[in-house]
Amino acid sequence: MSKMSEIKIISNKNIKENYFKMVLDASGIARKALPGQFVNIRVSDGTQPLLRRPLGIHRVTGHQSLVTGIELLFEVVGDGTRLLSQKKAGEYLDVIGPLGNGFSVLGSRFSVLVAGGMGVVPLLFLAERIIQGTEKRNKVNPVVLIGSKTKNGILCAKEFKALGCDVKVATEDGSQGLKGYVTGLLEDVLRHYPLPGTRYPIYACGPTPMLKEISRLSQEYKIPAQISLEAHMACGIGACLGCVVNTKEGFKRVCKEGPVFYAKEILWS
Amino acid sequence: MYKGLEVKIGKLRLLNPVMVASGTFGYAEEFSDFMDLKKLGAVVTKTITLKPRPGNKPPRTCETPSGMLNSIGLENPGLNRFVSEKLPYLKKIGVPIIVSIASEGDSREFVELAKCLDEIKEISAIELNISCPNIRGQKSEGRSQNVRLVSQDPKATYAVVRSVRKVTKKTLITKLSPNVTSIEDIALAAERAGTDALALINTLLGMSIDTQTLRPRIAAVTAGLSGPAIRPVAVRMTWEVYRKTKLPIIGMGGITDTKSALEFILAGATAVAVGTANFVKPSVTIEIIDGLKEYLNKNRIADIKSLIGALKL
Repeated sequence: MSKMSEIKIISNKNIKENYFKMVLDASGIARKALPGQFVNIRVSDGTQPLLRRPLGIHRVTGHQSLVTGIELLFEVVGDGTRLLSQKKAGEYLDVIGPLGNGFSVLGSRFSVLVAGGMGVVPLLFLAERIIQGTEKRNKVNPVVLIGSKTKNGILCAKEFKALGCDVKVATEDGSQGLKGYVTGLLEDVLRHYPLPGTRYPIYACGPTPMLKEISRLSQEYKIPAQISLEAHMACGIGACLGCVVNTKEGFKRVCKEGPVFYAKEILWS
Repeated sequence: MYKGLEVKIGKLRLLNPVMVASGTFGYAEEFSDFMDLKKLGAVVTKTITLKPRPGNKPPRTCETPSGMLNSIGLENPGLNRFVSEKLPYLKKIGVPIIVSIASEGDSREFVELAKCLDEIKEISAIELNISCPNIRGQKSEGRSQNVRLVSQDPKATYAVVRSVRKVTKKTLITKLSPNVTSIEDIALAAERAGTDALALINTLLGMSIDTQTLRPRIAAVTAGLSGPAIRPVAVRMTWEVYRKTKLPIIGMGGITDTKSALEFILAGATAVAVGTANFVKPSVTIEIIDGLKEYLNKNRIADIKSLIGALKL
């Protein structure tokens, strides 16, 4: 079956500043989607901008038994996202997806999710799946660490809390939560969290320096980390070999073998 | 059976003139989720070399106005793994398979590759990629402006094509670079050396700079420009080469739709190849094939071959 389709926009809202939330009538994508996967969207019918824009799946809408679509959360950072922000409910978009390899949701009692900036996008979907997949009596809610430059960039804290996650925030300017990097919060958790001796997974998404530091911490504390990488993509379907990352087994495609990798696989430059 | 779109490239008969450009279609399997591969005129593989190549450091691609730059650096699994891992799928598709080959050094690697491929009956043709701008010559570390591609020199072009011609009877296609003063001279050299067809153009050498970081947007600094931005250059070169040689031309460079495919045919191309547009719309080739058929019907043209070089001056 074709992974490419014309999909109707249900809504496209400016949630604050440059951030937009778009809901797509895409039950086909929603049924297959896994946290960490992305869709590749054509934002213009013409040649400018030429390439599609890959966007992480933020959430699946509807109920577990009857999914209706997907939700996207994006920040306007350039021409592509600006055009996307101008799309209206009722219009159609050419969407390919779901693409890539998502997070493996491990059946662990406890987990730590680390988001830097827009890194919250796939992690909310992941938190939902983790919580749905955990048996209630055995449950320790995930800890979610969110970092950004300022408090304006802290997204989804409310949504994570509504799911029952234990949310902690760090901002570089100290305008909300801990002053400093989100990786400082992670180090705190790794040192003090009340599950000594238990191996629990770290899931992370955010800017490269953050992922690099998480990779270091995961090795120091011997806790496996799954990280979602970002890269410029041309095709998004594994054909152009443009979005590769250097790993212990050579170059791998972020769009196909990734975007989620185990941190220990990556050779950081 | 509809015959209006049939064309011939050397000994190769194509049911329609729409193929894909090497390097933009992987080894076809990548596109199986998006289209019926059987409908293509031919599949051209990503370029293979004798030994595996890891390719260039990332970032390897960036978007530019109506185009993109790439410097993949011919990442490929090498001949042996191509034959064992990629070819079985390609054979099953049922359309002509054209294998693109390249060499890092002299023509011996081309000859060895061609000899091996010549023995595989499911391979319909060999394309000589003597025009990739993204592999570095030994002498010119990081200074690509000093790199001389085989296809930038008529003598070198002649030598490579000649030596490969001697070892294969398969249809031989020579892919030319636009980064030359006179593409006709290179085309004529390839013709004299016995190539069956010409493919043009490969990417134009380009560069882009990130003004925030002051760094090049591609790790290898310079890279190949493709996409609609280069189409007028490619159409012009197709026309120039068409006037000078008798060889069939596979025209390419920024084809995105039926109209742009027709431009190349009118300028003299017998067939066309879709490249960067595959990234934007994976099924675009099928739309173009349908569009060409519709164009012929609408204009009561029985045979697309009557449009080759039909440009009115």
